[in-house]
Amino acid sequence: MWLLEIEDLSVSIGSKQVLKNFNLRISRGETHALFGPNGTGKTTLLNVIAGIPRYTIDGGRIVFKGEDITHMSMDERARLGIGMAFQRPPAIRGLRLKDLIKIINPKADAPAILRKMDFEAFADRDVNRGFSGGEVKRSEMVQLLAQQPDFVMLDEPDSGVDLENIKLIGEAINQLTQKDQRPSSRTKSGIIITHFGHILDYMKADRAHVMLNGNIVCSGNPGEILEQIKKSGYEGCVGCACPA
Amino acid sequence: MRVSSIDEKARTARGKKALYGTDVDLESYESEAKPQGVVANAEDLPSVVKKAALDVGVKLDSESSGAYVQMDQTPVIAKSLYEGVEIMDMASALEKYDNLQDYWWKLVAPDADKYTADVAAAPPAGYFIRAKKGMKTVFPVKSCLYLGSTDLNQRVHNVIIAEEGSELHIITGCTTPAHVQRGLHIGVSEFFIQKNAKVSFTMIHSWGKEVEVRPRTGITIAEGGSLSNNYILLKPVKTLQTFPTATLAGRGAVASFNTVIYSTMGNIDVGSNVNLNAPDTSAESISRVVSVGGEVIARGRMTGRVPGARAHLECVGLLLSDKGRIYSIPELDGQSRDLDMSHEAAVGRISEEELEYLMSRGLNSEEATSVIVRGFLDVEIKGLPEELKQEIKNITQREDLKGAP
Repeated sequence: MWLLEIEDLSVSIGSKQVLKNFNLRISRGETHALFGPNGTGKTTLLNVIAGIPRYTIDGGRIVFKGEDITHMSMDERARLGIGMAFQRPPAIRGLRLKDLIKIINPKADAPAILRKMDFEAFADRDVNRGFSGGEVKRSEMVQLLAQQPDFVMLDEPDSGVDLENIKLIGEAINQLTQKDQRPSSRTKSGIIITHFGHILDYMKADRAHVMLNGNIVCSGNPGEILEQIKKSGYEGCVGCACPA
Repeated sequence: MRVSSIDEKARTARGKKALYGTDVDLESYESEAKPQGVVANAEDLPSVVKKAALDVGVKLDSESSGAYVQMDQTPVIAKSLYEGVEIMDMASALEKYDNLQDYWWKLVAPDADKYTADVAAAPPAGYFIRAKKGMKTVFPVKSCLYLGSTDLNQRVHNVIIAEEGSELHIITGCTTPAHVQRGLHIGVSEFFIQKNAKVSFTMIHSWGKEVEVRPRTGITIAEGGSLSNNYILLKPVKTLQTFPTATLAGRGAVASFNTVIYSTMGNIDVGSNVNLNAPDTSAESISRVVSVGGEVIARGRMTGRVPGARAHLECVGLLLSDKGRIYSIPELDGQSRDLDMSHEAAVGRISEEELEYLMSRGLNSEEATSVIVRGFLDVEIKGLPEELKQEIKNITQREDLKGAP
């Protein structure tokens, strides 16, 4: 029933330890939100699950669909069903977005996906080149909609996005995580990092966690946790409402 | 220049080494080739030639304003399909136009080096293309220079004239079939772009591993005239050296050079040299070089001689192997006040971040590298008709361009 299991994972970059004996389990059909101050290891966690090789795994393991993927390459993980919307993705010169969609998934209905994200005008543009902050986020969603991962990771998909487009992005996330289907028939899962939680007005998260200093310090209902953070900050949240 | 004086100059320069590039022993090549039969239409060409032409982006059967095909030393087709463009083989043009007194060897000196001297001493072969005054067409003249005999020194001398207010597009593919073990190609080209004329010249090279190439090009652009010059080399070559020189002679003349190189071996020395001699002229030179082996020297020189001239050079290289070398030499020579000249040069590797990004979408490392390399070589070329743009794109997006040999 677990889609993703992270067990006692310790990760460092250079000499700095970022995650310490980190544990997290996500069921099929569940979407989790991740809160926490800057520099607490949220992006690192997503990058390590994606398999970006700049990190050192000091211990523990990551299991996806029952398979230990701790040392698997990025592309193997992607083909196994892990997808990621990057916070600040690079621009790729000479690679048109519509061509990338085809490369990601030759069967994808590119025009429909672009239309859904109101992004047709960018089909012939180089991927992310000269895109504004909000356009980059829509470009990421377009690519994920083509990729159709079983587990989607979203690193601040709402930062720099205007209200109208936050709604579009929220709907896309709901589609990717099958929130448009009955709970019992959902098989896809997700994890989302958000600072201000705006996106949660437009998408459904089942559970939320607060991260501090490389570990989860509190978990619970996303709405309640967000309210506590707004009222008394990340540290305050730990003391008050931790139903789990 | 009188014929006797051309011969005389050529004689004095027979042993003169070129300023750039490795030295070629001309004596080690044959200068005589078996004459080829002239054909009436492109369809009648041997299929091996048609295939080779296609390989360098020259679709001889599709819509064009004319064609020129030279096999070894023989012009086998020189044919115009549009009344606004005159196309002839060079010997016929010299005969018709009184030795082309105002054009022949006016922009390239016969005694520039041993290669020009060698061409000057040889019987004239090559194309004469003239866009008549005010005549415009977006259909390109298609030309193919085919070096089909081993050990041959193929010599070509072309003259291109775009008369006042005309628009002319030329695509030239230069190629050797796989069975040619060794060869030399020397091509002299002289471009006269007259007042307000617009020319694009796209050249695609596809040689063999033992072929040496020495193009020699001179260009003059009059008031309001423009040139978009595009050079693409993606296949192995033993040595190649070219440094076309353009002079912007009239107010508002514009030149743009785009160079795309994918090197796997050999010694490739390419560049462009632009003299901005008139007010409000501008020039741009963009080169993209990928080396997975072999040495590439990418030169660019711009000389600004009058106020208001604008020039920009961009040499960017991706070096993907320890066996390769990319030597980028941008030069700006300002000789007047109120100039605007700049350059940008970079040699490096593929960004890890871009690789990881594509791998996170499921591409393996090789596929991701190849996508990035092809994107890097996809230069946005201005001033070309849509069909030619697409041809160039098809060529630079070939699947076999990878990160490693």
